[in-house]
Amino acid sequence: MTSKLSGKGLTLIRGESCLFRGLGFALNPGELLLLEGQNGSGKTSLMRAIAGMLSLETGEIYWNDMEVSRQRQEFHGALVWLAHRTGLKGDLNLVENLRFEAALRPQANVDLAAVCKRLGIAKLKRLPLRSLSAGQQRRVALARMLMADVPLWLMDEPFTNLDREGRKLVMELTEEHLAKGGMCVLAAHQDVDINATIKRVAL
Amino acid sequence: MSDSSQQQPGILAGLLAVTRRDLLLAWKRPGDVLNPLFFFAMVCTLFPLAVGPSPEQLTVSGPGVLWVAALLATLLSLNALFMGDHEDGSLDQLLVSPQPLPVLALGKTLSHWLISGFPLVLISPLLAMTYRMSTDVMGVLMLTLLLGTICLSLLGSIGAALTVGLHRGTALLSLLILPLAMPVLLLGANTVSLAAGNEVYATGIWALGAYVIAALSLAPFATAAALRISNE
Amino acid sequence: MWKFFHQWASPPHFYRLAKVLIPWLAVPGLLLIAYGTYAGLFLASPDYQQGDAFRIIYVHVPSAYLSMMAYVFMAVGGGIGLIWRLKLAHAVGAAAAPLGAAFTFLALLTGSIWGRPMWGTWWEWGDPRLTSELILLFLYFGYMALRSSIDDTAKADKASAVLALVGVINVVIVHFSVVWWSSLHQGQTLFKKGGPGMDADMLYPLLAMILGFTFVFGALLARRLRTEVLYRERRTRWVRELVLTPGGGR
Repeated sequence: MTSKLSGKGLTLIRGESCLFRGLGFALNPGELLLLEGQNGSGKTSLMRAIAGMLSLETGEIYWNDMEVSRQRQEFHGALVWLAHRTGLKGDLNLVENLRFEAALRPQANVDLAAVCKRLGIAKLKRLPLRSLSAGQQRRVALARMLMADVPLWLMDEPFTNLDREGRKLVMELTEEHLAKGGMCVLAAHQDVDINATIKRVAL
Repeated sequence: MSDSSQQQPGILAGLLAVTRRDLLLAWKRPGDVLNPLFFFAMVCTLFPLAVGPSPEQLTVSGPGVLWVAALLATLLSLNALFMGDHEDGSLDQLLVSPQPLPVLALGKTLSHWLISGFPLVLISPLLAMTYRMSTDVMGVLMLTLLLGTICLSLLGSIGAALTVGLHRGTALLSLLILPLAMPVLLLGANTVSLAAGNEVYATGIWALGAYVIAALSLAPFATAAALRISNE
Repeated sequence: MWKFFHQWASPPHFYRLAKVLIPWLAVPGLLLIAYGTYAGLFLASPDYQQGDAFRIIYVHVPSAYLSMMAYVFMAVGGGIGLIWRLKLAHAVGAAAAPLGAAFTFLALLTGSIWGRPMWGTWWEWGDPRLTSELILLFLYFGYMALRSSIDDTAKADKASAVLALVGVINVVIVHFSVVWWSSLHQGQTLFKKGGPGMDADMLYPLLAMILGFTFVFGALLARRLRTEVLYRERRTRWVRELVLTPGGGR
């Protein structure tokens, strides 16, 4: 077994219900792991488990063939998580928000101006995020993801609140990331049109 | 793609980043800083109104009243410590951050103290004056409050982390923290009383100092563990 | 060794073991309490200072001791549960908390009744033991409130374990700070250490009571743990089989 990211025998029980039992997956550079399922089927829970935020009933997540629980910081240094809630501060503007994130990670070699231009938020840099639309806030969250410059992207319903153009942009960005040898775990209840090796986990 | 040869930010980078961000947020919402201060001042006003303005009584009860008021004001501000971060999802982002969580938790606690504990220490002489406290005793009051509010912020961060995201979290938080905070209150208030009675009060200061050191070294880990548990 | 321990702590095994254990704890415990009560009330000579009023120590001291023991149980159980992920250890905390709170209440009640003839008042703030005991009761309330406000059992277990560990450190700090505080105010304590030595006819009933209370506590804890285990394992096959077998549920 030589996968970059893998999970074996994963079982998760939440309250009275068992969300998944004995689930496994393996992911290598350049590949996309697509988590499919209806609302409440456990997509977000699985993603939180991969990120090491949920303790599983059984099973382990492996990164470089080593348990994630034994190398939490290294693993977290290699991932960025685009969650359902953006995790950005509404009272702060784009630059202040991203500056905070940047302080937690090694200096990345990414040009902020170029990223903002690509995402169409270059003109919104100095406004508090509270005054932006939900879709614009999502784009700021995408900017944070790009600025982190890490191999593993965890994306939970990345298309929420985005217009058609925005959805296309997310797919393009994902394709580029995968083409560079990155990895992506994506939870979506709709079809994605991404040109890459896609592995599916049905929940 | 980042490789391992890149410079990792130092261990204190996370602490400074969190503190800086929270101070910036407080600057943009000054109400969070001012509300506990007003509360502190108002509780201190209640007592003379309730028990009467006789100077002897105020001198005797002053240290205790000021300390209880400070404890309650700190408690009032604790609920918000992780609440905002929980609601907008930035707490989740802290949990998957490459920085060690106890350090980030300490940063949150430090900013909480700077925002709610430290201003309280600064305005305490003003209220102590109305209780006819002498200048020397005021110094002792400020010193005990300085040490005591640090203890309360550290202890409180554990409680706030345990109750984040729970319904009726505020009442529960008080129930958890007040018994834990009682030794701090007892040491602080009685040390000031001893100073006011011209007695030896050094023991209380040393004990509070020891408490600060113990809390500084243990509380961030408990808070980090509690945050991980609360956000499962 | 490790394997043996895990097997021992497996819920069905523990459930059966506890059933065997309960009478072996309860019967000697009740016998010891019966002896202690009789000897304490009738055989022990009256105290030279307190007269017959001192006899309430035969309930007060064991309760006070168990009120602290139960908290230590909760903290140790919580610690083991967090470190080795042993679910049974977490159940110990859940089962011990109400018992501990009950003994704390009993200690407060008897202390207060004792204080009435001694101090002429039902409550004396200057007594460090009673004050510590009161704070301990609040700690129990906090623990139980936290437990009951989290719906998910696994999460409630871990959160309350952290609280119990923080609390047990605090119990020590409370004790020392309250002793210091009452020394400032010339507090009076009922039961001084290092005072005149107890006579044997006073001491033996007390030891019997302490031991008896401990056994009964053990039996009650085992009883509550059985219920707790059954509830927590309600989805498993062994519980279902146990319940469906006629007479097996007992």
